[in-house]
Amino acid sequence: MKDDKARDQQAQLAPAEAARRRFLAGVAGAAGVALAPGVLLYGVAGAKAPDAPVTDQVRWGLLIDTTKCATECDACVTACKTENGWGQNEVRSRPDQRAHWIRKLTVKDRSSGHVMSMPMMCQHCETAPCADVCPTGASFRRIDGIVLVDKHICIGCRYCMMACPYKARSFIHENLEGQKPYAPRGKGTVESCTLCVHRVDAGEQPACVVACNRDGHKAMVFGDLRDPNSEISKVIRARGSTQVRADLQLNPGVQYQGF
Amino acid sequence: MKAIRLPRRFAWIVAVALLAAAAAQAGRVPLPQPQQVPPEIATSCVEDTDVMRHKHFEFILHQRDETMHWGIRTKRHSLKNCLNCHVRQRPDGSYPKHTDPDHFCNACHEYAAVHIDCFDCHFDGPEKAAK
Repeated sequence: MKDDKARDQQAQLAPAEAARRRFLAGVAGAAGVALAPGVLLYGVAGAKAPDAPVTDQVRWGLLIDTTKCATECDACVTACKTENGWGQNEVRSRPDQRAHWIRKLTVKDRSSGHVMSMPMMCQHCETAPCADVCPTGASFRRIDGIVLVDKHICIGCRYCMMACPYKARSFIHENLEGQKPYAPRGKGTVESCTLCVHRVDAGEQPACVVACNRDGHKAMVFGDLRDPNSEISKVIRARGSTQVRADLQLNPGVQYQGF
Repeated sequence: MKAIRLPRRFAWIVAVALLAAAAAQAGRVPLPQPQQVPPEIATSCVEDTDVMRHKHFEFILHQRDETMHWGIRTKRHSLKNCLNCHVRQRPDGSYPKHTDPDHFCNACHEYAAVHIDCFDCHFDGPEKAAK
């Protein structure tokens, strides 16, 4: 009965109007189909279609358990070097000038003598001081929480290096060759941990996390802080987390446990 | 009289033109010789040759911002996709560097004296050539 009524209405419409309605219905149908895989993919580690822009429905984060982080292990650093191609081709720079996307720190509490080990890298702050001070907009926070340097517009002034409280950034002082195709880096620009953005966009985990898990330490958990059902959110909810220099109120995406 | 003068003038013009052509040929910068893509791949380029010649930098410039800021990683107009087809392995197994005269990008850019900044940071060959 209802269908008949709709058909009657359709018949009464001018041909152009009817065509317009059919077109709109078609568009709506197509949008539904296109959205469906995105919604499904969102569930599995946030893999997105290559032509889909990033959204603020996701905030990528990294949780590091310092009690599981072994003092002598530097698997995460090695994996980062191999993945992003730094640390091998800077031959003319002084050691203190060389790239350090990720460093292993050993921290000792003087009063108790307690020693712990932890990796330190770009903390992917929500209110990133590097992006704040950048005069060209090259330092920016991607809408899904990953802080990056757009080297196309970086002028190499290094204000961001001074603004960063984590000493996470480094500057390239020499001409480079043999970069990785997915990790461009060159003289005169600042760089830091990208949270392996090329892997994250493909739905994979950062290289450091993969290496840490592979070696059985399992000290790093990567995931979406905005999704209450992600592993990282569950662990933080259950056990809490510490932000380094929380007093600066930068709300980093990289958080720690165990100190 | 007039009938004789006309051919003489033509001969003069032809002689000058020939001389000029010869002079230009002798002192000319050699035409670029980029690596050639096999015809079966060349026909499947993302745009027509004419469009690519005039607009490739616009495509790349647009794509770079989309990728950097919005994580859009479509292949069609990406620099990586260009290099994957257009930088070919040489007979000796090596790949041309971006400073070599047979590198697909460098061949024309050197000829036109237009410096490319891309390869100060980007890898200059196909992905399979990366170590």
